[in-house]
Amino acid sequence: MIGAPKTRLRPIGVLGIALGLAGAFVGYKASAQDMVVTNAKLVIGDGSEPIDGGVVIVDDGKVVFAGRPTAGQIFSTDVVIDAGGAWVTPGLFATVTTLGLADVAAVTESNDERAAASPFSAALDASSGINPTSQHILVHRAAGITRAATSMVPTGSIFAGQGAIIDLDGDANAVVQARAFQMVDLSENGSRLAGGSRPAAMALLRSALREAQALVGKPGTPQTTEIVKDDEVLLSRFDAEALGAVVTGKQKLYVEVNRASDIRHVLALKQDYPALDLVLVGVSEGWLVADAIAAAGVPVIANGLIDLPDTFEQLGATQSNAGRLARAGVKVAINTATMENPRRLQQAAGNLVALTRVPGASGMEWGKAFAAISSVPAEISGMGGKAGVLKPGALGDVVLWDGDPLEVGSVPTQVYIAGVKQDLTNHQTRLRDRYRELDESARPEAYDW
Amino acid sequence: MLSHVKQRARTGALVTIASAIALTLCATTISAREKDKKKDKDEDAAPAFVAKRESEGVFPSTYKPYPNAATALTGATIYDGKGGKIDNGVVFMAGGKIVAVGGPGTTIPAGTTVIDGTGKFVTPGIIDIHSHLGNYPSPGVEAHSDGNEATSPTTPEVWAEHSVWPQDPGFTRAMANGGITSLQILPGSANLMGGRSVTLKNVPARSVQGMKFPGAPYGFKMACGENPKRVYGSKGRAPSTRMGNFAVNRETWLAAIDYANDPKAKRDLGKETLVGVLKGEILVHNHCYRADEMALVMDMAKEMGYKVSTFHHAVESYKIGDLLRENGVCSAIWADWYGFKMESYDGILENAAFLQREGACVVIHSDDANDIQRLNQEARKAQKAGLRVGINIPDAVAIQWITHNPAKAMGIGEMTGSLEPGKMADVVLWNGDPLSVYSRPEKVWIDGALMFDALNSKTRPVSDFELGQPGEGDVK
Repeated sequence: MIGAPKTRLRPIGVLGIALGLAGAFVGYKASAQDMVVTNAKLVIGDGSEPIDGGVVIVDDGKVVFAGRPTAGQIFSTDVVIDAGGAWVTPGLFATVTTLGLADVAAVTESNDERAAASPFSAALDASSGINPTSQHILVHRAAGITRAATSMVPTGSIFAGQGAIIDLDGDANAVVQARAFQMVDLSENGSRLAGGSRPAAMALLRSALREAQALVGKPGTPQTTEIVKDDEVLLSRFDAEALGAVVTGKQKLYVEVNRASDIRHVLALKQDYPALDLVLVGVSEGWLVADAIAAAGVPVIANGLIDLPDTFEQLGATQSNAGRLARAGVKVAINTATMENPRRLQQAAGNLVALTRVPGASGMEWGKAFAAISSVPAEISGMGGKAGVLKPGALGDVVLWDGDPLEVGSVPTQVYIAGVKQDLTNHQTRLRDRYRELDESARPEAYDW
Repeated sequence: MLSHVKQRARTGALVTIASAIALTLCATTISAREKDKKKDKDEDAAPAFVAKRESEGVFPSTYKPYPNAATALTGATIYDGKGGKIDNGVVFMAGGKIVAVGGPGTTIPAGTTVIDGTGKFVTPGIIDIHSHLGNYPSPGVEAHSDGNEATSPTTPEVWAEHSVWPQDPGFTRAMANGGITSLQILPGSANLMGGRSVTLKNVPARSVQGMKFPGAPYGFKMACGENPKRVYGSKGRAPSTRMGNFAVNRETWLAAIDYANDPKAKRDLGKETLVGVLKGEILVHNHCYRADEMALVMDMAKEMGYKVSTFHHAVESYKIGDLLRENGVCSAIWADWYGFKMESYDGILENAAFLQREGACVVIHSDDANDIQRLNQEARKAQKAGLRVGINIPDAVAIQWITHNPAKAMGIGEMTGSLEPGKMADVVLWNGDPLSVYSRPEKVWIDGALMFDALNSKTRPVSDFELGQPGEGDVK
């Protein structure tokens, strides 16, 4: 078997897993290879508990098998990776992020997250601003995040614009799906942007949806008068046109909202616009209206560990929010927007597991917590069955870890995106390597690279 | 009727004590008066109005430890805060102090409450050297924005304690989820010299004085880099550059030195603080990200004759670990914040580990109302980053980064920050390995008083602000 030529992968029910196939490995190349990962502590990502002795088979960039091998399975492949009992998971799916939209957030010229001075809002298309080789993308790839929903931040109007689904493989095409969702801010921040009150924000949203409805199927028709305030454009004709996909349900509408009563108002939008494909984001007081959210069948991208009344719309904030929502039957992913950096996803999920051991708190069992940062956000992002999960047909996003992936301090040892092995170096690892020792006896550190 | 009698009795006792004091005072008063008479002949009359000097006690701490029961924690894994670890150990506390720390054979007197810590862990109370709880409290509304007196680049005259709102719900979260027992509240970083910090015991109180750590020295907040030059440069005034930052600082220090040398100088609150720094009584906590700027600040300190205790947010400390060790300056850092502003662009996960490798002092800090609830987890991230590059940092040392090291850098290391006989019984019992994401504080003692118990919902503080609000008394 060693050195056997590559053949189409097919499970054959005769022998055990042929580890000898490792000999077929001839070196790294940046293209999708067929590969088999064996001897894994395997996480499927669908909420199930880890499987010891698991196997993942990737063929042409897609998963064809993941699970405990049945006796006698044999596979032909380019590469066999013996995980040696290490954790192997699907890539993490981060939502909602700004990955790829800024080099340094506080350096405005490098920052495409905001466009407060633009006359456009809903029409803004984040996909046109993504930099696939942004250091943030490289750093987060090295943290096991393989795909993300990325969006601008609402600054000029309540609409942040249209967000994209991206992969983090650093090639020329980061954007997996452009204009995947529209984002609108109905939090207190949105009220401020709309002119200073909740009714102002709701009036703006409803009038925008009505204009969009009027424009559906009639693009370019100047029916919509601009909505302006002083010299600020809150909604232009182009924004209204962009919302056509929202009112027809072709594009998801992510709504940033926190207060329990505000959540009810958002759910009520469906009465007038039944086609809306709503996703709630933030939702700090969601647990107070968990049953209503569950009954509406609206998924939630929830703040993971927010437990302070940072605003009056978050008086009820608790770390148990996500757990309580999930218990009520709501589909819950963890929101990265409230983290210092999205690579803290694993930490947020790990803390949800910790809550299962705190009397009176609600958390998530390990498998569910992992799913909240993998398959669930992928499903919410329209990539159900394709990302965040290791099941036949899914993209070959596979991560090998040096420890429990929900434990703080664990990092990937290998990352594959759609079957392609990723380079895990970045600005930070290069600095690490340079400053491994402080020795300038021969030359300055600048020569150490 | 009964209560009336009781009250009378109490008043009676007070009167007795008061008259005793009056008697002793009387003697001194008479002699003082005679002295004054004598003085009057020689000098002008004493001023009619005199403010108390700081040395006479201003805004003094009113904190008193709450009642404690002699308690022994047995069978637990103990991290002593100074790098020591005891398996199956015993911590015995009584009278608000640590009495004994040792192995399973440690003597436990009769009448002691014994808590079985099998499978659990004990650490000193966690200490955050950099917090804005109280001066940027929740809710974070404009009316609560009390951390930056951003009206002048140097405001050494302000004291953070005068901004601290003790009802900030963040204090309770820090205790319940993070095991925080002491913390330093600093002014913000808009100014080169932001003012005095205050060190608090994390006990709920009606006033900030009720939280002030008795005997803790004051800190002095300074900031270098982007913030001061941005805030004042945008107002069209100095400093607008990094060189401007240094110029304004040096002029201010020179003026303080003149003040210190002038016995006739009129009292000046800001200069009193600066002189406190020059005398080494007030500890400098300097917000500074970049290695090159830290090197300059250490030279400025030598020029002016003061010492920097700690650089805060020092994301580039790993580039000058040798220099920081030689100067005896601590670095208070995050585990993984990076890249949000230009001067944080070179943040790396190995910062703490590389400092440890050089023998420099490491403190993990939060600067954040959320992260203060998880300093233990941040320490773990930094420790693991070191292990991956071959720097062996024992668990007990990672705990030291959030206990003894910050205590020392804040000047309270002789009182708290480690589990040693005679020290304050600031103790956390964790329901598992404190360096694991899966663990939380089960019980928190401050000066031996049980202030938080995850197993008893009523032993959980709830701030005034949260009463009658959604989620009052929730696990949070």
